[in-house]
Amino acid sequence: MDIAFLIELTINGALTGLMYGLVALGIVLIYKSSGVPNLAQGAMVMIAAYLVWMVAGWLGAPVVVALLVAVLGMFLFGMLTERVLLRRMVGQPIIMVVMLTLGLESLLRGLGPGLLGAAPKSLDLGIDMMPIIVGDVFINREYLIGGAIGALMIGLALFFFRTRLGTKLLAVSDDHVSSWSVGISVERAVAVSWGLAGVAAVAAGVMWGSVQGVDWSLTTLLFPAVAVVILGGLDSIHGVLVAGLVVGILGSVVPGYVDPLVGGGTRDVVTSLIILLTILFRPHGIFGREEIERV
Amino acid sequence: MFYRQSGIHHTRYAATRKLWPLAADRRLLGGLLALALLAPLLLPELYLNSYLAPWLIWTAAALSLTLLMGIAGQLHFGFAAVMAIGAYTSIHLARAGVPFELALVGAGLAAALIGCVFGAAALRVKGLYLVMATLAMQYLVSWVIINVPAISGGAQATLATPEVRLLFIPLDGDTALYYTALGWTLSCTLLLLNIKRSSVGRALVAVRDKDFAAAVIGVDPLRYKLLAFFTSSFLGGVSGAILAFCYYQAVTPEQFGFNVSIQLVAMVLVGGLGSVIGAYLGAGFILLLPIVLTNLLAWVAGLELFPVSFNLIAHIPLMVYGALIIAVILFEPLGLAKIYDNIRKYFLVWPFRHAQR
Repeated sequence: MDIAFLIELTINGALTGLMYGLVALGIVLIYKSSGVPNLAQGAMVMIAAYLVWMVAGWLGAPVVVALLVAVLGMFLFGMLTERVLLRRMVGQPIIMVVMLTLGLESLLRGLGPGLLGAAPKSLDLGIDMMPIIVGDVFINREYLIGGAIGALMIGLALFFFRTRLGTKLLAVSDDHVSSWSVGISVERAVAVSWGLAGVAAVAAGVMWGSVQGVDWSLTTLLFPAVAVVILGGLDSIHGVLVAGLVVGILGSVVPGYVDPLVGGGTRDVVTSLIILLTILFRPHGIFGREEIERV
Repeated sequence: MFYRQSGIHHTRYAATRKLWPLAADRRLLGGLLALALLAPLLLPELYLNSYLAPWLIWTAAALSLTLLMGIAGQLHFGFAAVMAIGAYTSIHLARAGVPFELALVGAGLAAALIGCVFGAAALRVKGLYLVMATLAMQYLVSWVIINVPAISGGAQATLATPEVRLLFIPLDGDTALYYTALGWTLSCTLLLLNIKRSSVGRALVAVRDKDFAAAVIGVDPLRYKLLAFFTSSFLGGVSGAILAFCYYQAVTPEQFGFNVSIQLVAMVLVGGLGSVIGAYLGAGFILLLPIVLTNLLAWVAGLELFPVSFNLIAHIPLMVYGALIIAVILFEPLGLAKIYDNIRKYFLVWPFRHAQR
């Protein structure tokens, strides 16, 4: 067995996993505060990437300005989505909420490419295309920066839950009614978590957009992100970090060895199996909180 | 039309337990059935095989799914995979020379057996986790179908359906295919209508509403959940086979992808969870409205009042369909079936609007 090949797969897989974590972070933030599984996060990532591309590529603004505009725009977009769509769904069965986010996903997936053109757009962040070579191992620079940003964002999220606003969000994620009773505005907390998910979507959109181009295929990031979220636990930020690494590494190492034998597509199989096995053996994930149901 | 409940006094329980206690409903249904039977004479072939037949077959699929999601309350986001199993089984059986009737049963059984494996997840988790588990299984089944050449005939292959006969009538013309689809959809409809008022149906509803509570009153949730998965997957498998034989007349893995699963759930939800008429309305709505809107937009673009790019037209169905789902869930969570029900109730006592029962 070629050890350098294995190391290369592992490192690139771990970095991809952290980038999946960027997408998963948004889902966790929203689920934590409101119990809504946001299956439109992939589409939000795509919209964020289009936004950055529009400002940077179309108007020719510097990337930093584009990022600022996108962060602001997606924060508002997230809050608006919560206000207009999800707030009406409080108390509805979970199937309605899931389908609403899937409906939003479809709407956005049609809207972005429909208005801006379906051809993939390149998002140039000025990252050198030459891989970093350590010994025999090739490391993609974009993955390296993406992984670093992923780890940074997860760290920021962890830190955020130690601030005053973050503590409020923690209380809201614990129990809506008792948060209300101590004077926390649950609506505002949930709206803020949607806004933050929008910001996470900008980070994910920029990194993935620069890796694979900006088009509708960014929405398919939802699937690995769901695997990360399920494995790590739907309401756990630590879980995003650990599960992101696991999903990324397994999703890179297993296809690396198995794909040549069966002819491709194993990455989705690994992702599916991770979701399935987690749900069968430990539904609430590694770090997630176990739900106790009463009749 | 005039005061349709007038003069109806049920004096026996058997009369109130009829499927359609009101004579007006029976007449309406009789008329619709006659129209459906006469459709090959009334409609041009294009409408028959590109609108009416797929609508009927998708209705059958939506009915199978609504049995599971609406009546038994088990969420399933991988139903297209179940239909794919049915379609591929029937095609391979028919190609091996098995009579079509048996191939359909085989398709149903294969789908039901694998569908029960989907159900195994349901015995352990529910709600959101069940959504994710069935979604993962959708990917797994698609991958197996694509990557095992014995099933799909090689990557990116299309298997054409062979010539078959159903009850000694060769299925070759549009009319024969249409009647096959109609027959299957009507069977599903009758089955569902009757399941809903049988003891099995009530047990399924009890499991849906709260499985622990159902266990307390002596309904075994495990048994009824598996039963729901088995029955619904059987119907779904046969619907998949009918879809392959009567509409596509060929089968490729893309016909049964993840998007199709979502589309099926959308049909059930837009129509109204657990409602039979809702399956008809939902399937029609999700299937036909994007087509109508695309045509409308193409016509508007043809007027050249303002520029409409082909790219936009290509993405309209996706947007409409997303917006539709959102609109229905926000404004009428009980779906089109509820809208129909409201209209029907209004006209039941019309013109005496205060005489509501």
